[in-house]
Amino acid sequence: MATDQFQSPDYYLLDELLTEEHKLVREATRDWVKKEVSPIIEEYAQKATFPRHIVKGLAEVGAFGPYIPQEYGGAGLDQISYGLMMQEIERGDSGVRSTCSVQSSLVMYPIFAYGSEEQRKKYLPKLASGEMLGSFGLTEPDFGSNPSGMVTNFKDMGDHYLLNGAKLWISNSPYCDVAVVWAKNEEGRIHGLIVERGMEGFSTPETHNKWSLRASATGELVFDNVKVPKDNLLPNKSGLGAPLGCLDSARYGIAWGAIGAAMDCYDTALRYSKERIQFGKPIASFQLQQKKLAEMITEITKAQLLTWRLGVLKNEGRATTAQISMAKRNNVAMALDVAREARQMLGGMGITGEYPIMRHMMNLESVVTYEGTHDIHLLITGMDITGISAFK
Amino acid sequence: MKILVCISHVPDTTAKINFKDNNTAFDTDGVSFVINPYDEFGLTKALFLKEKHGGTVTVCHVGPASAEPTIRKALAIGADDAIRVDAEPTDGFFVASQLAAIVKENQYDVVICGQESIDYNGGQVPGMLAALLDLPFVNACVGLEVEGTNATLEREIDGGKEKLTASLPLVLGGKKGLVEESDLRIPNMRGIMMARSKKLEVKPATDAAKHTAVAQFEKPQPKAPVKMIAADNVEELVNLLHTEAKVI
Ligand SMILES: Cc1cc2nc3c(=O)[nH]c(=O)nc-3n(C[C@H](O)[C@H](O)[C@H](O)COP(=O)(O)OP(=O)(O)OC[C@H]3O[C@@H](n4cnc5c(N)ncnc54)[C@H](O)[C@@H]3O)c2cc1C
Repeated sequence: MATDQFQSPDYYLLDELLTEEHKLVREATRDWVKKEVSPIIEEYAQKATFPRHIVKGLAEVGAFGPYIPQEYGGAGLDQISYGLMMQEIERGDSGVRSTCSVQSSLVMYPIFAYGSEEQRKKYLPKLASGEMLGSFGLTEPDFGSNPSGMVTNFKDMGDHYLLNGAKLWISNSPYCDVAVVWAKNEEGRIHGLIVERGMEGFSTPETHNKWSLRASATGELVFDNVKVPKDNLLPNKSGLGAPLGCLDSARYGIAWGAIGAAMDCYDTALRYSKERIQFGKPIASFQLQQKKLAEMITEITKAQLLTWRLGVLKNEGRATTAQISMAKRNNVAMALDVAREARQMLGGMGITGEYPIMRHMMNLESVVTYEGTHDIHLLITGMDITGISAFK
Repeated sequence: MKILVCISHVPDTTAKINFKDNNTAFDTDGVSFVINPYDEFGLTKALFLKEKHGGTVTVCHVGPASAEPTIRKALAIGADDAIRVDAEPTDGFFVASQLAAIVKENQYDVVICGQESIDYNGGQVPGMLAALLDLPFVNACVGLEVEGTNATLEREIDGGKEKLTASLPLVLGGKKGLVEESDLRIPNMRGIMMARSKKLEVKPATDAAKHTAVAQFEKPQPKAPVKMIAADNVEELVNLLHTEAKVI
């Protein structure tokens, strides 16, 4: 792939809403992505291989738990900084961003928010430094959009818990050292358990032949009479609200991340359209191409505003699940539309790995599905505004 | 070892350059600024020296508050503290005088400047600073090693390199080679957080003369459009090079 010339659009001068520190966070992350992700990502995506070596770099730059307090190995940054990092990393690749989202929001966050002090001290610094990679097991073969139906369960055996069941579609699973697993106790209440690689009966087979998030490893978590020490239960929250709280944090990051993917597609298409000559003119001079670009920048700008406001609310502790859901749905759908239009603007070149657009487009098919499908998010907004659940 | 790195704050190399006020001032509107690349090599070298020998790295900038993001970035990369002299850095002698006052006050062992700044390319400050302090000076410096109070330095000269020795304290004007591009550090999130609480002291300017003032800036002539000539039409090419471009 050619050198990464990415420049971010800022049509509404939204940089003025950011602090100097936010801008430095974004610049540092962008520089890191240009140096470490852009040169290699196409090859790894083509090979459908997880670039495991970048875990160390992601940890060094601070992409694991940026908002986790410094005493646990995080950076203690605010939510807008976290969002900007996810934007920049997904600008590189949604798969790499997925690795960060899982590590930060789905593994470190529940241990930080629902874990005991011993659990925080034991796991968080190692997760922040990349010494440990984590995964998050909620989805099951028969329970995707409806996780409350899960069948994975654990029994109290006196001195330990006995865990049985299986999780499917789990990001990072083949490489994870620890998994935060959601399972029901004997009363049917959902709890989080920290399962470590090496525990007998725990395996993580990889899911192959994905056309999407090819540079992120996805797999299963299989529990066959796994003895989990009692100290590994997250003590401070249970019920479906516990995993959903993690999803709020990850979805928030995805809302920012999707803008990154969209910006990369827009930026690529804009540059290409000014250079590609057909009928004796740059294709950027044709109205149909301008319409595409004009709509893209409009939608990106709207998404930027939505997310910035959501970031302010999140910093103030006021962002609701429904507000986060709206931003995730809107921005991912927006990014998919931008990717599809941008791909067409590149004609035949658009389907090659010379340009990042098709990779983003295929990645976004996962992003629009995981962390609540587009449709499920519509139902969340629907329920929020009418007070009537249409899930069942 | 006490190291001072003098940094300037310059337009990003991709910035579009325009002038205002009758072409007497650079128009900063919409321009993003970075640490002068020569200074960034110097800053990275300073961090290497600190990691090897211990000590402190201070960055100093002469300029208005709008440069503080650049100073904070230097702190996030790893400098220990910073000083900003609050004045417009428009004249080389004036800037060198401000820096000399800082060096006299704090007694640094090594003072690292960039060989020039990529905005105005004056290339005057490091030499003047050394002269004002009566210290050894090496410009276009591409190598530095310190042993006790002695330093060995490398300087780029036409078609080769010159090796020098000097005793500390000294002043150098550095460039790529001091460290390589791949050595440059991207600040990490913990560094950015720590930079929040590092000291950035703002000092008023000391009295010093400004010996020069800008009369006017002029942009280079825009490039003429390209004329395409068919590959088999050599005659036409020679003709145009002779009569139009007047290069043969
Ligand atoms: C690459 C990838 C990585 C993933 N990583 C993780 C991970 O790390 N951890 C994890 O736990 N999970 C992960 N997932 C799982 C993901 O969250 C689920 O795929 C998602 O929740 C959808 O579940 P499902 O695939 O079972 O689809 P289903 O729930 O079967 O949905 C199928 C379709 O039916 C629609 N639908 C379902 N219910 C309703 C309804 N009530 N009303 C209207 N429409 C409905 C859906 O919108 C969808 O269009 C990942 C998925 C992918 C693809």
